[in-house]
Amino acid sequence: MLHDLTVSAYKKQHLIDPEICIRCNTCEATCPVGAVTHDDSNYVVDAAKCNFCLDCIAPCPTGSIDNWRVVARAYSIEEQFKWSELPAQENVGDAASTTAEAIEDEVDTLLATAHAGLGGKSVAPASASKPVINLYRRDKPAIATVQGNFRITAPGTESDIRHIVLSFGSTHFPVLEGQSIGIIPPGMGPDGRRHAIRLYSVASARDGEKRNANNFALTIKRVEGGVASNYMCDLKIGEKVEITGPFGATFLMPNDTQANIIMICTGTGSAPFRAFTERRRRAMQNAPGKAIMFFGARTPQELPYFGPLQKVPNSLLEKHLVFSRIPGSDREYVQDRIRTERATVAGLLASPATNIYICGLKGMETGVEEALADVCRKEGYDWSKLKPEMRQSGRYHVETY
Amino acid sequence: MTNSSAAYVEGVVDYSTKIPNNVGLVNDARVLKALEQWHPGYIDWWMTMGPDGFQTSEVYLRTAVSIDPKGWAQFDYVKMPEYRWGVLLATKDEERLVNFGASKGEKAWQDVPGEHRAALRRLIVIQGDTEPASVEQQRHLGKTAPSLYDMRNLFQVNVEEGRHLWAMVYLLHKYFGRDGREEAEGLLQRRSGDHDKPRMLGAFNEATPDWLSFFMFTFFTDRDGKMQLESLAQSGFDPLSRTCRFMLTEEAHHMFVGETGVGRVVERTCEAMKAAGAGDPYDIERVRRLGVIDLPTIQKKANFHYSLSLDLFGSEVSTNAANYYNAGLKGRFMETKIDDDHLLSNAKYPVFKLVDGQPKLVAEPALSAINMRLRDDYSKDCQGGIGRWNKIIEKAGIKFELKLPSVAFHRGVGEFAGVETTSDGTILSNDEWLRRRGEFLPNEDDGAFIASLMKPCWEKGKYAHWIAPPKVGIDNKPGDFEYVRIPRA
Repeated sequence: MLHDLTVSAYKKQHLIDPEICIRCNTCEATCPVGAVTHDDSNYVVDAAKCNFCLDCIAPCPTGSIDNWRVVARAYSIEEQFKWSELPAQENVGDAASTTAEAIEDEVDTLLATAHAGLGGKSVAPASASKPVINLYRRDKPAIATVQGNFRITAPGTESDIRHIVLSFGSTHFPVLEGQSIGIIPPGMGPDGRRHAIRLYSVASARDGEKRNANNFALTIKRVEGGVASNYMCDLKIGEKVEITGPFGATFLMPNDTQANIIMICTGTGSAPFRAFTERRRRAMQNAPGKAIMFFGARTPQELPYFGPLQKVPNSLLEKHLVFSRIPGSDREYVQDRIRTERATVAGLLASPATNIYICGLKGMETGVEEALADVCRKEGYDWSKLKPEMRQSGRYHVETY
Repeated sequence: MTNSSAAYVEGVVDYSTKIPNNVGLVNDARVLKALEQWHPGYIDWWMTMGPDGFQTSEVYLRTAVSIDPKGWAQFDYVKMPEYRWGVLLATKDEERLVNFGASKGEKAWQDVPGEHRAALRRLIVIQGDTEPASVEQQRHLGKTAPSLYDMRNLFQVNVEEGRHLWAMVYLLHKYFGRDGREEAEGLLQRRSGDHDKPRMLGAFNEATPDWLSFFMFTFFTDRDGKMQLESLAQSGFDPLSRTCRFMLTEEAHHMFVGETGVGRVVERTCEAMKAAGAGDPYDIERVRRLGVIDLPTIQKKANFHYSLSLDLFGSEVSTNAANYYNAGLKGRFMETKIDDDHLLSNAKYPVFKLVDGQPKLVAEPALSAINMRLRDDYSKDCQGGIGRWNKIIEKAGIKFELKLPSVAFHRGVGEFAGVETTSDGTILSNDEWLRRRGEFLPNEDDGAFIASLMKPCWEKGKYAHWIAPPKVGIDNKPGDFEYVRIPRA
């Protein structure tokens, strides 16, 4: 699991595959810190200089640049010059997760915790776009400007959930649906150290909250005593915020239009699914794959984006909004509705094109999993076999905080 | 920031005009108007001379949305006529100097120096002319694509050549007034292989009859383009330098298509030979019966394309090249990384010449031998790729080595124009050459055999029998990704 990296002696090392590289020099010309160099045989990355900015990844025409190993001791450039192929990943136990989600240890830990409910290594969907990660860090954050801050739960309800739009002006901050960004609250804690980074999922599609406007939205709930959430919920238009990221390389949506997407969420866990849905609406209008959402809140007034969601046509998204505190009604949770919709869910589970995403409060995955296991049992499938199969093929995703 | 804002921000691509650009066209009414007037003619050219039969297909293309590393490769499905051809220049370096020649040390020129106007225009037009030419040469290849992956790569090369034409046309309109406008029109008028109005350089008037030719062309001929762009990127005329620097990033994809394309053909041939226990690479009949292209024929194709591409470098000893260098217009490959005076006043450079009927190295003034030097850098670059192909053959345990032919072989320009040699440079009489030509260059039978293999293979994730699948998908896509969506008739 990723979080082992933060306490182990292992390091990720960036390498170039000499079998695929065509020695075009693009990476060397691109690298801002001079970490890429070459001799007559190979192009190599100097581990002592590479700062994981990933500037070299997109311009590489071959894909040879995108190789990583977890190592106890970094390969020197002299060793790399002699290679005619990449060495195998040495055996370093669980630390060898080659899907880097974030390079910054602090964020790695947060993401590893968020993905812990998966019960194994997280894998991106096969057809997902390649994410950019770790472009901005604590020591080099991006500065965003607040463009909007709206309460999206009814006044008078207990939950104060906000839709906060951040603009990046001329700063390049690419995100994919499902990725997170980090907020650095200003100031220090009582221990005299800077406040910890807090991660939030992006709620907009990759091309912006407003198309091509270089902005995105976050869905943030005010938590009593929470440093980051109160800071964010109190922001005024025009104020500047320090942002790190983007982070996350696995909780991503499939680009394959045939893919079915089951989204299960509570509260602000809906943020990435708002992004997924918007992406589908903008880029895959007539996708044959089905999108279905199970979204739980206490009351309609406390369900973020309740109004706008009503307007999303069922052809784009089949919505199951369930409520646990409507006076006079039975309490209903997302797992109950999954059981009620057994036929639909079972039909989807039978397809290798189906992807499940769970996002919300930590612990919700347990109830949801039980419901999925029930559905399977009644239809004669074995959830204990299906889940790892889906996980390993990048079709089962959990992100809970 | 919104995209409707009229304010131009340095370095950011502006999509508010019809022509995406990062050169502030919105504030340059004259050039914007000129380009907008040129645009319909360009689209017309693309529709008549661009990829034949695929203008309504959705192609998984990369488009640059900004020039910084993170933004320049955005992948999505695009119909080619709707591709956002734009004018994109690498970031301006305010401190940049003229780095070679008589004006070395001056600040790089933001405008065309009057005395170099004609020379610069000529350099830009020659470069510009090659871009649409190759699109024309390759326009029929889509129909026989060995996979959707290869088809996509072909179209990516084509749209980027189109963008490179835009890049040169922008310079012509922006800096060369009426002459520039006329030259820009001319770029749309000439046609590859046309007797009356051919493209300017020889190799760009040859046919690209099959996919092996296409891969060889992108490996050898586009590599000449890479070398030319690199030496123009050294130019003291800063807008040309910045244009070429950004084009080089795209050109790398073309090198990739060529090197891996030939590599995959070689790999498939070796695989098939091994599987059939056909260990003799010279038993051409037997190898061909396996439905793959025999290695000696691949060698002959390489001989053909390499020799034509060498001609593109011009005469080994050239006064024009010396003048361009001295004027600071066109430098050497990686000029700023070379450790010398960058004036070449007294330096010598060895040039391969015909002396008493035999090829020999002769020391010439380095300034006159600029073309020779660029060509040597080119040959070294080619040799790297050949070496990697040979590794594939070696790995399969087959005794065969691909080689670059002698620079004296099959030349139409320079020191060796007019003599005939074997592929290793031994001089032949005319009669011998006519008799033995087929040993060194593809003959009609070779062409007919390759043509017989050119059957389309458009099923997702499938590859024609004669070519191996790639090791990695474009944009890391899985093996069965649908790179081109072809509408059903």
